[in-house]
Amino acid sequence: MTSIVQAERLGKQVQSGSEPLVILHDVSFEVAPGESVAILGASGSGKSTLLGLLAGLDVPTSGTVRLDGSDLFAFDEDGRARVRGKLAGFVFQSFQLLPALSALENVMLPLELQGVADARERATRALQQVGMAHRLAHLPKHLSGGEQQRVAIARAFVMQPKILFADEPTGNLDAATGAQVIDLLLELNRAQGTTLLLVTHDEALARRCAKQLHLAAGQVSA
Amino acid sequence: MNGWRLSLAMLRRDWREGEWRVLFVSLLLAVSSIATVGLFADRVRLALQQESHALLGADLRISSTRALPQAYRMEAQRRGLQVLATANFPSMVSGAQQSMLSDILAAEPGYPLRGKITIDDGAVHVAQHIPVRGTLWADERLMLRLGLHRGDEVVLGKLHLRLVAQVVRDVDQSVGFASFAPRVMINAADLPASGLVQNGSRINYRLLVAGEQKQVNALRNWLKPKLGLGEKLEDVRDARPEIRTALERAEHFLGLAALTAVTLAGVALALASRRFILRHLDACAVMRCMGASQQQVLALFLYQFLLMGLGAVLLGGVLGYAAQALLVESIPAMRVAELPLPSWLPLLQAAASGMALLLGFAFLPLWQLKRVSPLRVIRRELGLPQMSTGLLYAVGVAVLCGLFLWQAGSLKLGLTVLGGLAGGLLVFGLLAWLLLHALSRLPLRNRHAFANLARHGRSNAMQIVALSLGGMALLLLTVVRADLLQNWREQMPPDVPNRFIVNIQPDQRAALEKFFAQHGLAQPELFPMVRGRLIAINGRTVNGDSYAEPRARQLAEREFNLSWADKVPTGNKVVSGAWWTHGAGPQLSVEQGIADTLDIHLGDTLTYDVAGSQFSARVSNLRKLEWDSMRVNFFVIATPDLLEDFPASYITSFHLPADKRANGDAVVKKFPNLLLIDTDAVIGQVRHIMDEIAQTLSAVFLFTLLAGLAVLYAVLLSTQDERKQHAAILRTLGAGSGYLRRLHLTEFAVLGALSGLFSAAGAGLLGWVLAQRVLNIPYAPGTLLWLAGLGGGLSLVMLSGWLVTRRVAQLPPLRVLQSV
Repeated sequence: MTSIVQAERLGKQVQSGSEPLVILHDVSFEVAPGESVAILGASGSGKSTLLGLLAGLDVPTSGTVRLDGSDLFAFDEDGRARVRGKLAGFVFQSFQLLPALSALENVMLPLELQGVADARERATRALQQVGMAHRLAHLPKHLSGGEQQRVAIARAFVMQPKILFADEPTGNLDAATGAQVIDLLLELNRAQGTTLLLVTHDEALARRCAKQLHLAAGQVSA
Repeated sequence: MNGWRLSLAMLRRDWREGEWRVLFVSLLLAVSSIATVGLFADRVRLALQQESHALLGADLRISSTRALPQAYRMEAQRRGLQVLATANFPSMVSGAQQSMLSDILAAEPGYPLRGKITIDDGAVHVAQHIPVRGTLWADERLMLRLGLHRGDEVVLGKLHLRLVAQVVRDVDQSVGFASFAPRVMINAADLPASGLVQNGSRINYRLLVAGEQKQVNALRNWLKPKLGLGEKLEDVRDARPEIRTALERAEHFLGLAALTAVTLAGVALALASRRFILRHLDACAVMRCMGASQQQVLALFLYQFLLMGLGAVLLGGVLGYAAQALLVESIPAMRVAELPLPSWLPLLQAAASGMALLLGFAFLPLWQLKRVSPLRVIRRELGLPQMSTGLLYAVGVAVLCGLFLWQAGSLKLGLTVLGGLAGGLLVFGLLAWLLLHALSRLPLRNRHAFANLARHGRSNAMQIVALSLGGMALLLLTVVRADLLQNWREQMPPDVPNRFIVNIQPDQRAALEKFFAQHGLAQPELFPMVRGRLIAINGRTVNGDSYAEPRARQLAEREFNLSWADKVPTGNKVVSGAWWTHGAGPQLSVEQGIADTLDIHLGDTLTYDVAGSQFSARVSNLRKLEWDSMRVNFFVIATPDLLEDFPASYITSFHLPADKRANGDAVVKKFPNLLLIDTDAVIGQVRHIMDEIAQTLSAVFLFTLLAGLAVLYAVLLSTQDERKQHAAILRTLGAGSGYLRRLHLTEFAVLGALSGLFSAAGAGLLGWVLAQRVLNIPYAPGTLLWLAGLGGGLSLVMLSGWLVTRRVAQLPPLRVLQSV
């Protein structure tokens, strides 16, 4: 079976003062469709940078990334945005809900950007799926951290993406809520057959994914 | 289509949460104040214009010493304009016992086309028609002098007419020297029978035209090249230098008020746009993650700005219209004046200005917004893509400059204010930055506050500049305006001369001075006057044909009133060359304006013909005159030796208090050859215009104040998020709310004090420049300006700062830190 995410000799280097700083070095791996992969590593190990490159949010110094066969960096920024819009969903540590939009409107946004007609109905269903049907009209500031992350997950899944990128999705949550959020993510991953790429520094959480990728000093260590 | 719909939905959502409030309010204020000022100024301008036209009795007047061609009248009629003819001439009018030289006005039905004549024919009322055939109207002076009463018979040439009404207020009272004799008005149809129209009669024929402005202008242009010798076109600006000066000043002041609103709106919009964009970085990054293209993001926000702008412009227009209507209703003088309705143009201008301001200040920041990296969703520290602040605001500033020049109406005023602002901004910014750094190094209490201010030196300096700009505009319109108006009014004190006496013979001087002393009047200053015609410049003959410009032609054709003096007369200022010393050889001093018109330069030799003999002298200096001073002014003054031997008469101006008006008649009775000219009407007119302007400005100031407050609000909001985060961090580190409050208040105090001082300095400087360069009046900033600046800045910024940040110190730190 062909892989849905394919990273090949990915490298990222930035200028820090007069010295070049290597953040990622020669990272290569593949992820099969529907697989769940945890990217693990200590602070500063380069895991968020790796996630950013995999999703085409940033450009590497070297190497390539293929998402569902498309070479991400053969496109310009708008081209990569199109690929993301077609394939990817995101869940972030800081939730990234738009503060002026209600829970429902936040979930409607990606659908509206794609010009989907029945955005409201689909968004309502997505929120029902994550157990937030009773909070549709609430603004993010009136929701708890766990609730906000559920809304973010509904927003990520409403487009039925092939790949879901999650950056420390439990980082701002307590242990119990974090566990519930992970349950939800994995459940949707199974139910929709979405590929899950999850960045975390939590070993226990990582073990719940099918595959773990350890990063240390910008290199895959195991 | 989908883009617009989504933008509207986003706008509605953000609107609900108050994200657009500052931007909308700023733009609303901008548009409504520009509209109010524009509409109001338009109405006042129209009213002033009408008033000026009333003074002329028409929109346009063609006059000649010979009968005017019938073609002129036909052309005016063809253009759908009202037109009628009058004839003016001096003639003796006789009552039962005495006769008197009077100014006869023979008018056709319909006179006057502009303005009203008030008569007393038993009851005082506005005349509905001209005198019927066989009757005449006369003014009070003539009736007093000839001892006439209504119903008396009056002889005019071969005509025996019945006096049926006294003219209480005439339209073109005292226009030019010719009409200073008592006025008698008759029906033009009676004129031929009077036998007064003969060859050599000194008749001034006039064609009065009124109607649609466009057609009047078209007629003016049609007539210009056709005017024959001795024919001239007059509108109020040509006829009356003192009214013209007042009109121009009125327009300058109103332009200034409009400019201030525009500037303040620009500043508030710039700050509000920046805040809006900073608060939407995350939204952009998230949308980019969701697959939105850069164009899509740009369009989404641009449409929102345009939709919001459209709303603000529409509402601003309505508000502006309502505000100016209220304004007019609330000022008694304005209500009574029955101002004409404004045109639509000011509303369109306000709308265009509002949209231009919005796009000028928001477009480039929006352009930046589309370039936000989607990586920001993971790495929060990624802010706006770098773009030089200068470039960001360059478009806004360019728009502002354009609006300045547009709104100012006068290039000179626009450039003066613009130059002052641009220079002030640079200097203030640099000074503020330096001062903030210097303060942070001083061993002061609350060092943290000063260190804080210096740490964000650039942004704080910008805030000070923005606040100073607002403050400067406010001070300029309040303290400086009041000073300027005061100085301007002082130019015309209550005892300004209101009577001229001409034709005083040399041997009457002593007797006249004695008469003044006996009647308790101040000694008049008598100026010698010799009539002479300019015949050559540097030996080259000049006459009307030497000039293309009609005004120059007229000047070259008529006799000048020449005078002589040892010292520079009061109200005159030598602007180039030097005044002569006593006993210096023959020299001339020429008024600058007429020198320009007649192409006379310093050092030129002018030759004059006085009663058949000629003299030549060199122009040794050029003078500037205060035309609205109501004093005796001369275009050309000579050294005494040049003119002393020519037959001269004397002229004087003096103030005749209302309770001593009878003395005016007494002087003419005692010296029958003297011509007493009453200029009260002219002075009243000028004063009236000044008062209207003063009232307009006081009212318009309210809007500028609101716009200034919008700037203050925008400044405070623009830093509110940062302050919140800073306070939360300090609270986490153990700072009490008392400490935070002191910290904030100290910061606001420094910002307020510096802004206040800068505002005062800027307003004072600009006021001085305006006074010197534009208004030609003296001005020096007073202590009040500095006190108002400092006190106002401190209290306003501290109070509103406290209002905006009072809750910041009490918010639970974790909530703040999580939310940002």
